[in-house]
Amino acid sequence: MNMLEVRDLEVGYGKVAVLRGTCLDVGRGRIVTVIGPNGAGKTTLLAALMGLLPASGSVRYDGENLADLAVETRVRRGICLVPERRELFGDMPVEDNLRLGAFSRSRRDHTVADDLAAVYARFPRLKERRAQLAGTLSGGERQMLALGRALMARPKLLMLDEPSLGLAPRIVRDILHVVAGLRETGVSVLLVEQNARAALQIADYGYVLEMGEFVLEGPAAELAVNPRVIETYLGLAASAE
Amino acid sequence: MTRRVLLIAALVLLAAAPLVLPEFHVTLLNYIGLASIVTLGLVLLTGIGGLTSFGQAAFVGLGAYTTAVLTTQYGVSPWLTLPAGLALTFVVALCLGFITLRLSGHYLPLGTIAWGIAIYFVFGNLDLLGKYSGLAEIPPLTLFGWRFGDSRAFYYLIWAVTLVALLAMRNLLDSRSGRAIRALRNRSMMAENFGVDTARLKIVIFVYAALLAAMSGWFYAHFLRFVSPHPFGLNGSIDYQFMAVIGGSSELWGAVIGAALLTLLKEWLKDLLPKVMEQSGNFEIIVFGLLVIAMLHRTRDGLVPYFARLIPADAQRPRPPPAPPLPQRAQPQPGEVILQLKRVSKSFGAVAAVKDLSFELRAGEILGLIGPNGAGKSTVFNLMTGVLAVDDGEIHFRDARIDDRAAREIARCGLARTYQHVRLLESMSVLENAAIGAYLRGRGGVWSASLRLDRAEEARLRQEAADRVEWVGLGGRLFDAAGTLPLGSQRMVEIARALCADPLLLLLDEPAAGQRYQEKQALAELLRALRRRGVSILLVEHDMDFVMGLVDRIVVMNFGEKLAEGSPREIRVNPMVVEAYLGSVA
Amino acid sequence: MNLAIALWLSQDAVTNGAIYALIALALVVVFTVTRVIFVPQGEFISYAALSLATLQSGKVPGTIYVLIGGGILVAALDGLAALRKKSLNPLPGSVLANLVLPLLIAAAAWWSASRPDDLLLQVAVTLAIVTPLGPMLYRLAFQPLANASVLVLLIIAVAVHYVLTGFGLLFFGGEGLRAHMFPDLKFRVGILNVSGQSIGVIVTSLTLIVLLALMFGRTTYGKALRATAINRIGARLVGISNEFSGRFSFALAALIGAVSGILVSPITTIYYDTGLMISLKGFIGAIIGGMTSYPLAAVGSLAVGFLESYSSFWASAFKESIVFTLIIPVLLWRSLATHRVEEEDEP
Repeated sequence: MNMLEVRDLEVGYGKVAVLRGTCLDVGRGRIVTVIGPNGAGKTTLLAALMGLLPASGSVRYDGENLADLAVETRVRRGICLVPERRELFGDMPVEDNLRLGAFSRSRRDHTVADDLAAVYARFPRLKERRAQLAGTLSGGERQMLALGRALMARPKLLMLDEPSLGLAPRIVRDILHVVAGLRETGVSVLLVEQNARAALQIADYGYVLEMGEFVLEGPAAELAVNPRVIETYLGLAASAE
Repeated sequence: MTRRVLLIAALVLLAAAPLVLPEFHVTLLNYIGLASIVTLGLVLLTGIGGLTSFGQAAFVGLGAYTTAVLTTQYGVSPWLTLPAGLALTFVVALCLGFITLRLSGHYLPLGTIAWGIAIYFVFGNLDLLGKYSGLAEIPPLTLFGWRFGDSRAFYYLIWAVTLVALLAMRNLLDSRSGRAIRALRNRSMMAENFGVDTARLKIVIFVYAALLAAMSGWFYAHFLRFVSPHPFGLNGSIDYQFMAVIGGSSELWGAVIGAALLTLLKEWLKDLLPKVMEQSGNFEIIVFGLLVIAMLHRTRDGLVPYFARLIPADAQRPRPPPAPPLPQRAQPQPGEVILQLKRVSKSFGAVAAVKDLSFELRAGEILGLIGPNGAGKSTVFNLMTGVLAVDDGEIHFRDARIDDRAAREIARCGLARTYQHVRLLESMSVLENAAIGAYLRGRGGVWSASLRLDRAEEARLRQEAADRVEWVGLGGRLFDAAGTLPLGSQRMVEIARALCADPLLLLLDEPAAGQRYQEKQALAELLRALRRRGVSILLVEHDMDFVMGLVDRIVVMNFGEKLAEGSPREIRVNPMVVEAYLGSVA
Repeated sequence: MNLAIALWLSQDAVTNGAIYALIALALVVVFTVTRVIFVPQGEFISYAALSLATLQSGKVPGTIYVLIGGGILVAALDGLAALRKKSLNPLPGSVLANLVLPLLIAAAAWWSASRPDDLLLQVAVTLAIVTPLGPMLYRLAFQPLANASVLVLLIIAVAVHYVLTGFGLLFFGGEGLRAHMFPDLKFRVGILNVSGQSIGVIVTSLTLIVLLALMFGRTTYGKALRATAINRIGARLVGISNEFSGRFSFALAALIGAVSGILVSPITTIYYDTGLMISLKGFIGAIIGGMTSYPLAAVGSLAVGFLESYSSFWASAFKESIVFTLIIPVLLWRSLATHRVEEEDEP
């Protein structure tokens, strides 16, 4: 059974439909990416899956229907979102941000400290800055913190909204490397990205979102060489080559 | 049954009421009328303008006490005390407005509570005003021998005034100033970008609401013929806010509905409860509070929007009749440098959004500003239009330096923009949204609008807006609410709005985002047509194909810095650009 | 005005100021976490003060009925929600907290009323009666509208204030009450007579403030509350629900209100409607702190205390006018200091 099964998802703002008839699957332990241009509805998709936006249609997570479940309940079930704007607690130190990531876990769970150590091991820079206020971190460090905080909840499904946004290539590489590594821990990943090339490199499967609809889908390796995808999203490269 | 029919029925009932109802009910209706006038001001100020005030009752008191003192102590005729009261209120409101309206966000209601209470205590402690016992024996109003002595006589006077106030308010909202007022609440930066002096406008509507309240106070004094401080304190002000919120705080008729509901509720509770409960009184306040909470839980927008859904709207208004076109600016000579950025820098905390950026734009060209997400492009727009201040560097537009100027002055210089995240007023029609762009090309103020003296100019502004909206291809949706359009069309409305400002330089922030192929082609054609007319365009875009075929030159940004500059052909083969744009390879 | 009077006025000012500081603290917590401008804070104060005084006169205070009634309503709503979601999971907890607990507290109140000299028991019972009212209020009046605009929330707050004030009048009548707390000690420090009362108030306030600061800085729940105030969406994304943060912050406000009420009850005569004026002055302190800064709010509250004391000496009739007028320039300064963030999301 797939970790996430979405059928006929429709999301609208007022009377305008932003997402129409969306169908999506994320297999267990798989990395699935949704690529597409600005304004296509990628952020809306993740927000709806997280429960931040009202939506119609069916969303089954680990076999369970998520309809009507509050955001906080979804978090407790193991779904985590790293949003586009990171939404960190700027006036609190890095370590507090991370610890709060584990808020949804039971008080009796004593492995939180271990997970904290694991996050620090993955992101040594965060360990250096553990007492620093989150608002004073650089763009790349904030992204690491946002990802680390989500990992502290021990998610079974991790959703990432444009993790490469505004980041230098080297840092993007580091972060996506961490995401790729999550496969080994059994976490399923839904990655929404504008940087199509990097996303398709680490993903297993991909969907292309345009104007609120999926126009193309397939194994990531195939999409990466699909001429239509190249043209639209990697346009510059195609015309240059 | 349409709204028009409903309105006429209501007016007929209103006219017939005093002829049929007993005196007590007519008195009640009078109180409702008086409260409606005050609440109408609150609808303008709070519901539409977004400025919460808990001090309106103090202004009612100013109007009431002015006439009370002048008529009882100095024997002045009531018809002279009205202008006196209004004048005093004007001055007081102007002063209080200057101070409290600078308070942002949540300080504002607290500030109004502060002076509201202060004024109340003044009412209660001055000998001249009779302290807490108040002043009595206020003479009634007489007009050519006709004495407005009893409730019925007063009824027609009060309701005539109420209806006139409603009409004036409706006229106001349907005008150049009205559109600007409707933007005050949560689009004030956009309004400033189109030349609206939002600070001044806030004071204007504040004074307007205060004058309405004072006028109601004057009537109150001559109706009741007795004033005491009690109704003019915080309790009274809270009541008016309740009326506004319950009726539907941004609906004109909400003022009347809310006033009616609250007044009747209080009366009814005072009557009914003692019969139901054995113990005397004071349950009203509990039940009253509970009912208000229940009502708001059911419909947080108030009653009028709740019921308005059940009554179909009136038929569409026809296209405005043709009017002479507005005068247009002279475009500069093609090739002349009109925009210069010199080493502009801007940081947000530790993040450098724009670093040492320099480029030029020449008249009559389309310049593309491209770069990956987060490269700083929108920040550049915000720096150019006065939304943000530069940390370092200069921005020049024609002969003037604009980086240190307010947004509305920059608008006056001839820059108009669209936004990456659409900033339209969703509930306003497409036509009116576009017309906001033409704000600086009109001059009618709040008073000429209320008195309907601005029709000639308004026709020209609407004509311009309609032309622009048709030009971007949305002529069929002139009167639809902007929020019902798909995102791509909304962006076109923003372009129409910007064009209404008759700009020398058009700043477009990702206008093609969210549009289909054909729409993008149409947009490109539109922009080329503008270029032929001599309008200069600075275009931020993501879509490479769209940009390549359209612009004359390109500036590429990455991480806040200029990465490259040149013709489309040059940029296309620049390896640094390819790498930056494509994204890194893991 | 000689030194003795000045010192006496100052003592008065600091004592009152300490109470205003506590109130300011509660208001800032509630506002930053839930965006509610919590007008009914004053009712927690008067309920506590009046309940304490009633217990001391050997009777059971009527506030116990508010607690029981509120508990029944919340349990009923929870029951309906459980039916709809077909999950009986949260029910036992709800019954325990909303039905059983109030009854236990009622029993304690009865016991305390029979022992009019047991001050400690009376204080404990008073705190027990008033504190649970906070989360109940949140659940009944504010939770369904958690995403409404600040204005609508404010109107609800005012309506709640009306309801609670009405109950106050119902249960305590129109007469004022006063309690006796700290023994009538007086110390001499130089030329100043310091009353045991003042010391008690100041020490208790400081202790409470320190405890709260520790809670916010060191405990998980405290940090969660802070986090909600800093970034509401971020808090939801780590699983901190509106419900949790709303109930917790309201519980804190009720606790602080109860303590303030207990502290103020021996100093002044409290009537069923005195709470509003007291809380308004705490408001001013909160505003001076920008509705966000605790230290500034405390300083501001002290300033209000001083302003009130001295102007009541010089021009007692206009005391209120002066206090309320003088905060306007403060508001002005405050609002210039904070940059306005345009609330694009408000409808």
